[in-house]
Amino acid sequence: MTQHSLGVRLRRHWQMYLFALLPLIYLIIFKYVPMLGVQIAFKRYNARMGIWGSPWVGLMQFTKFFNSYQFERVLTNTIVLSLYSLVAGFPLPIVLALMMNAERSGRMRSFVQNVTYMPHFISTVVMVGILNQFFNTRYGGFANIWHLFSDGKVPDLLSSATAFTHMYVWSGVWQGMGWGSIIYMAALSNVDETLHEAAMIDGASRLQRIFCIDFPAIIPTITITLILRCGHLMGIGFDKVYLMQNNLNLNASEVISTYVYKVGLASTTSDFSYSTAISLFNSVVNLILLLIVNTVSRKVGETSLW
Amino acid sequence: MMKRTAKGDRSFYICNRILLMVLTLMVLIPLINIVASSFSDPLEVARGHVFLWPSGFSLEGYKAVFNYHGIWLSYLNTIFYTVAGTAINLIMTMFAAYAISRKGVPFRGLITGLFTFTMLFSGGMIPSYILMKDLHILNTRWAMLLPGAISVYNMIIARTFIQNIPTDLWEAAEIDGCSEARFFVNMVIPLSVTLLTVLGLYYAVAHWNSYMDAFLYLSDPDMMPLQIKLRSVLIANSIDQEFMGDESDYEARQSLAELLKYSLIIVSSLPVLVLYPWVKKYFMKGVMLGSLKG
Repeated sequence: MTQHSLGVRLRRHWQMYLFALLPLIYLIIFKYVPMLGVQIAFKRYNARMGIWGSPWVGLMQFTKFFNSYQFERVLTNTIVLSLYSLVAGFPLPIVLALMMNAERSGRMRSFVQNVTYMPHFISTVVMVGILNQFFNTRYGGFANIWHLFSDGKVPDLLSSATAFTHMYVWSGVWQGMGWGSIIYMAALSNVDETLHEAAMIDGASRLQRIFCIDFPAIIPTITITLILRCGHLMGIGFDKVYLMQNNLNLNASEVISTYVYKVGLASTTSDFSYSTAISLFNSVVNLILLLIVNTVSRKVGETSLW
Repeated sequence: MMKRTAKGDRSFYICNRILLMVLTLMVLIPLINIVASSFSDPLEVARGHVFLWPSGFSLEGYKAVFNYHGIWLSYLNTIFYTVAGTAINLIMTMFAAYAISRKGVPFRGLITGLFTFTMLFSGGMIPSYILMKDLHILNTRWAMLLPGAISVYNMIIARTFIQNIPTDLWEAAEIDGCSEARFFVNMVIPLSVTLLTVLGLYYAVAHWNSYMDAFLYLSDPDMMPLQIKLRSVLIANSIDQEFMGDESDYEARQSLAELLKYSLIIVSSLPVLVLYPWVKKYFMKGVMLGSLKG
């Protein structure tokens, strides 16, 4: 096939560009224009002068954030929440998938799947609503369980800073564990049966086969998932934390994204520039993390995102 | 020797099943507790007598939800946002995915790159807010439909799917003089029924559950979606008194307000729960389609 000149190929595929037109307009307006708007992080934003007209102030907003008493708190909370979520939430779907895969009864397996996948579809608001009901000290389900084991007062896990971190992380595990296991189940279904048969002839137990056949088979999937998770290490989302926040747990629950919201939109003296600077700091750290993890995993193993 | 391993395996299978049951129960107990409470008597709920089985069976909670007009208004809003939003999502996603699926189209890589870069970096909350304000769609229904018109992740799934259409079809169509637009309408769409179902469900559930855009961009109570209303009832604890009618006793009122929350959780999740088996099947397909690329 001969390679036509660019002009010919452009003209030949003009309809393709027509298809791309609307999505590209959307992309530019709703994704790239806000990226240009990020410049207000280096300015003192003034609504009257707009994004482009406001005066430059250099790195002033950033130094203000780094020197503020909030900096250490929101940064620590963000990192603690995300690292803890990773450590608690990452291995469980893998273990669950390996366990489900080793379950011989198909009915049992699909029962476990049906139940554990369900919480994934619960909205964040309802999830936090369920937490509020279940852990209510007077009438929640947790109080019922507590009374089975102890006569003491039911601890109030909803309004304590120490409990917040655990509540946030484990409710996330509760909600995401089953769903997270699907991707590993898919990888496990591709394991060659003959490997298992050969190992059984050699006298390997089921547990040994999990460690020597099943687990190695899903390592590439694990790597990719881990890279993606690490890229969001500082990306503790706004929704759930904000919904779980109250004045009593604020010491543990103020994270970068909620602080960005409070500085930028919720306060009466809203400071768009300061808020944008904090959020830009966060996205840049995220981006760097993703690049580092991806490079490392490409050097060490053969798996990488690109 | 063979016998010993078989015996070892048996205890493994038993342990494995017990552990699976424990995990499943841990997921199930809170859910059963919510359902049981929602069907109980308000006073029984408020006194903490309900655990896994309704106590003093009643439909008071559901009656209260039914009489709560604010909830139904937001319910209708959410249905609108879900239907209209999903339609926009599907059209835009398929257009974009088709445009970057065809090899040999100049600048295809660049366009793909423009899309994927937005997965790595975004302008953030405030620049987006300023944009919505400048476009004058702040506090309009468009603010619920436009900002998330394409999910790049879903778009990549769609592109991979379209690329798997056999090249023979492309070539045959080209020889017959079928234009790219006609190929899209006559071949790609009919072959993508599964894809459209998967993406449609992905988008619809996301719209149903979404709360951020409304929270940031809407202020008119008449436009608020269900999730915002849920937040005010379930989390901020602000419940309109109108729906409770002639209930004068304070304790009874408070109990009913608590019961209402349980029933509301069920009612608000109902569409997703009813569709669950179906949704689950197609969502899993989506995960598989997505992992093809990874």
